[in-house]
Amino acid sequence: MKLGSLLLTTAAVTPLLALTVYLPFQKPDRPVTPTMTSPATVVVSPGRLAYRLPGEFLSAERPVDAPENQIRFRRSFDIMAYQVSAADYALCVSDGACEAPDSAVDRIGNLPATGVSFRDASAYAQWLSGRTGQSWRLPTDEEWAFAAAERFSEEVLDKDGGSDAIARWLARYRSESEAARGRDPEPKPQGHFGANSNGLYDVGGNVWEWTTTCYRRVALDRSGRIDTSTDNCGVRVVSGKHRGYMSFFIRDGKSGGCAAGLPPDNLGIRLVRERPSMLSAFKALWRGTAG
Amino acid sequence: MLTRREALLGTATGAAAAAILGSIIATPALAQAGAADIAGLPRVKVDLVAPPYAHPHDQIAKGGPKVIEYRMTIKEQPMVIDNEGTTLRAMTYEGSMPGPLMVVHEGDYVELTLVNPEANEMPHNIDFHAATGALGGGALTHVNPGEQAVLRWKATRTGTFVYHCAPTGMIPWHVVSGMSGAVMVLPRDGLRDENGRPLKYDRLFYIGEHDLYVPRDENGKYKKYGSLGDSYDETLKVMRGLIPTHVVFNGKVGALTGDNALKAKVGETVLFVHAQANRDTRPHLIGGHGDHVWEQGKFANPPAKDLETWFIRGGSAGAALYTFKQPGVYAYVNHNLIEAAELGATAHVVVEGEWNDDLMKQVAAPGPITTN
Repeated sequence: MKLGSLLLTTAAVTPLLALTVYLPFQKPDRPVTPTMTSPATVVVSPGRLAYRLPGEFLSAERPVDAPENQIRFRRSFDIMAYQVSAADYALCVSDGACEAPDSAVDRIGNLPATGVSFRDASAYAQWLSGRTGQSWRLPTDEEWAFAAAERFSEEVLDKDGGSDAIARWLARYRSESEAARGRDPEPKPQGHFGANSNGLYDVGGNVWEWTTTCYRRVALDRSGRIDTSTDNCGVRVVSGKHRGYMSFFIRDGKSGGCAAGLPPDNLGIRLVRERPSMLSAFKALWRGTAG
Repeated sequence: MLTRREALLGTATGAAAAAILGSIIATPALAQAGAADIAGLPRVKVDLVAPPYAHPHDQIAKGGPKVIEYRMTIKEQPMVIDNEGTTLRAMTYEGSMPGPLMVVHEGDYVELTLVNPEANEMPHNIDFHAATGALGGGALTHVNPGEQAVLRWKATRTGTFVYHCAPTGMIPWHVVSGMSGAVMVLPRDGLRDENGRPLKYDRLFYIGEHDLYVPRDENGKYKKYGSLGDSYDETLKVMRGLIPTHVVFNGKVGALTGDNALKAKVGETVLFVHAQANRDTRPHLIGGHGDHVWEQGKFANPPAKDLETWFIRGGSAGAALYTFKQPGVYAYVNHNLIEAAELGATAHVVVEGEWNDDLMKQVAAPGPITTN
């Protein structure tokens, strides 16, 4: 990891320390020269979200719905209005920073980038940060759900105070079958699925979006609090019409999905832009005087 | 002179020979049962039912032999074979892949009217593996667009048998474009286990498996063709590579999953009839078994017991009987798992009922590793 990016990631946690480390030593080995206009973003205002954690939850050794949490977003954040386009992803490929997609890119159709893995999405975020001089990253699942607003739907399988594992299994199969009815997995031009109340386009269309949230298995105690939990960060949450869990290297969800589940139609990217921190403001100033 | 190849492919001279065969068969002196005998049999007109089911039928025959009349119309039509909209220029019996299942009893006569509508591009016919003589009837049913033919054959052997199209010089292309199906000839007194005790089924699921070969363009996308003729050359090239692009049950990836999943209940006995006219396959019911399996499909042989996976030779149909013992979602797959998961050969059976803890129980749900 380059010193610059290391500093950026730690900046939020320890801005003062970062500053003191950064200043006396060196300029970044490759000065950040913005060469690309920043993608359109929308502001997601502070608020609350009733949210069930992703992953698998067990209570008394039986699968149950995750408990509902109230999450508070104290600060607003910026997220891309559109999913990353295939054309923009192709720029990253031609810069040698992203791996080429498996099939030819349609550059004229204004299509979203699809067929990308978590690894590809992360590489793109890093590349875009370099090209724009801004800090782009994948959202967490909470951020995604909050930004998706009315287009975020949670799976609730326990009806009337619980059900047995087999009934849950059959219920999930039925709800997934219903969701699959009449679906058209062919990627559509950006904007095709319209905007949600936050101004995000194509949320819950046929392209699922990678998040940084890891797959988690949780055992709840009698009071519904987390007793034990195991994280598997080899598998990340992909969010869209419904939640999915994908291994980080999977580009085509149809192949990487589980045997009896409903796979995402396509995997794509939508990034969050970090607000300029005190550090980056200072950095820009320093670059202006010393660079 | 009629060469072996010409006879097999039913080429021009072959067709002429077939005409002679036809007149021989029509000669009463050479036939076992006279036309008058057959004319005296009861006739039953049966409407075919689209797969994965079979038309209503008795498992144990009532009364003596009958003439069972079927009518099949050949439909050439584009068919979507996966969730990405890949379109095959398909050729089908009755518009379905596989063609419908015919169920008769030993000693019955099958009388098929095969219709090739004017709108079609190709000549077609039908070769019944269950029938005896004239290339399984292929030589007597060669119908051009705008023609129909009627073939009668006697069901002398019990079992599940493939039927398929076998026209002049283009047999494999017609078969891998969708033209195959199955016939089940039941013993008159129904199915029996290895000790001769009767077996019966509550439901019948008819799975037709097809290996398909769709050409791709320079970007790797599957090509669509305006007509059958346009698709022929490039399709043949893919076929000659022997690697299918799709291996599907009932004509489409996911044709028997989700909303279209098969349904059963705990305690019900299901007969799975599995036909593959072209290529070997190995059905497996994930989480279940084959209680009684006629792997080769022929009921005169005792069924194998308790199989995990059974082998259906390309060009044959087999039958497996299973009584569901646990609820849940079962995957019925071709257990070449690449073909099942990547190429499409997966069906689901959604089974309702009570779980049996004695047969299986999760003693400890997955959780952190403990040492003790």
